[in-house]
Amino acid sequence: MTEILGIPTAVLFGQLLLGIINGSFYALLSLGLAVIFGLLKIINFAHGAMYMLGAMVTVIMFDVMGVNYWVALLAAPLVVGCFGVAIEYFLLRRIGGQDHIYSLLLTFGVALMIQGILTNIYGVSGMRYAMPDVFKGGFRLDFMYLPYYRAWVICVALVVCFGTWFVIEKTKLGAYLRAGTEDSQLMQGFGINVPLLVSLTYGFGVMLAAFAGVLAAPIYSVNPVMGSNILIVVFAVVVIGGMGSIAGAIITGLLMGVIEGLTKVVYPEFSSAVIFLVMVIVLLIRPSGLFGKEA
Amino acid sequence: MSQASRKDYEQLRISGLHAFYGESHILHGIDMEVKRGELVTLLGRNGAGRSTTLKAIMNMVGRRTGSIMINGEETMSCAPHHIARLGVGYCPEHRGIFSGLNVMENLTLPPVVRSGGMGLEEIFSMFPNLYERRTSQGSKLSGGEQQMLAMARILRTGANMLLLDEITEGLAPVIVEKLGEVLVKLKSKGLTIVLVEQNFHFAAPLADRHYVMEHGQIVEEISADELESKQSTLDKYLGV
Repeated sequence: MTEILGIPTAVLFGQLLLGIINGSFYALLSLGLAVIFGLLKIINFAHGAMYMLGAMVTVIMFDVMGVNYWVALLAAPLVVGCFGVAIEYFLLRRIGGQDHIYSLLLTFGVALMIQGILTNIYGVSGMRYAMPDVFKGGFRLDFMYLPYYRAWVICVALVVCFGTWFVIEKTKLGAYLRAGTEDSQLMQGFGINVPLLVSLTYGFGVMLAAFAGVLAAPIYSVNPVMGSNILIVVFAVVVIGGMGSIAGAIITGLLMGVIEGLTKVVYPEFSSAVIFLVMVIVLLIRPSGLFGKEA
Repeated sequence: MSQASRKDYEQLRISGLHAFYGESHILHGIDMEVKRGELVTLLGRNGAGRSTTLKAIMNMVGRRTGSIMINGEETMSCAPHHIARLGVGYCPEHRGIFSGLNVMENLTLPPVVRSGGMGLEEIFSMFPNLYERRTSQGSKLSGGEQQMLAMARILRTGANMLLLDEITEGLAPVIVEKLGEVLVKLKSKGLTIVLVEQNFHFAAPLADRHYVMEHGQIVEEISADELESKQSTLDKYLGV
């Protein structure tokens, strides 16, 4: 077997692949957080719960109604997105203009409630979601084995991330979002319905999280606490990338997944801490994050 | 059109307007009216409440009471985005150029609220600099260019009443002169303009009437032909 630096290539590439997969999830989730933070200035602690809801809704829709994966890929984010819009409209809007800490606590509370209710009903042991048949098997490459589903996750995550980046940076709607990030009051003074834009933005950010949840359902354990486990890492990714930077969130997400994967090869015990080490270093050297604007 | 062309058509009528930021009471019962096609200035010292008056018209202050009629429509309960749709174009103090957007994006950001706004061609012929810099980020513009852009973007929307806050502040004389020419042109097109201005020498030859503000109240109303006779009163208020 071939080796690089004394590590079998199959192991190296295997972990690299896992890293890119995890990175895809980090990217999708931190992207949603960045979009929401940009316009609403809300640190959305319910983001992990929305990711979890996306996965749970997928499983539940399949169990109860036999809804297949492809339908769930659209339907689950829509359902969860509508739920997000309701949270924005009925809760977050009431504390608009208050200190960040209020929205942080509110979303944290919402996350705990959703998580608690679902734990009560479904327990925390994890639910099964069968891999769609079309994804069974994989590519047998010279240096590694690439399961079809993992390849699909990477591709679709990249497409969604790029699509979101494109819409925000290059379209009129995106210009509204970017302008609203700077001065939403003036935007409203120009005749733009900012409250509606805010609701839809929150809904969209939440949809991205739920979409990641659907992608995760066939490969990760689906349970009510899956969101809180990943959320802390995602926050670290957002901090490293720089608050409010769209491209930064995407690139950092993928990068951190890879770094985590590679650490698993060389020093597995440290793999779950390495992202936080990176965060500390970045904060020391560039407090506004890798892609953030200097304050 | 018949309504719009009438000379005495009242485009803005403010009565008994009070405005608050949190606990602070900024405006203490403003009464003023502006007719279609008029150019009216709000003069006064810093902190007299001139900018707040414009913001209150836009519903951008914390709380307000009284009455603000735009085109005969009561707007006290209107959301800010509905007020713009009545044909009001607001150019804020410090220009409010979005630094993350380029010139073209800044220019086309405000939605068209009425027909009859200027086309891009007309705007670029009025402000040739903006055309040259159309792909530059808002943050890269000079103060003068930012001010041109802030004006240009509300002209495109078709707004027929402009609220302009300190548009000459901190700009070179040659730019100020240019802005004066622009205002004359806009006036001749029949636009209604409310101008908050520190630079009295800029405002005096342009305006039909002046309202002088002090401590959140209007203390004097001076029409253009009374300027000379009331110069000393005005000087007292402006502290020249």
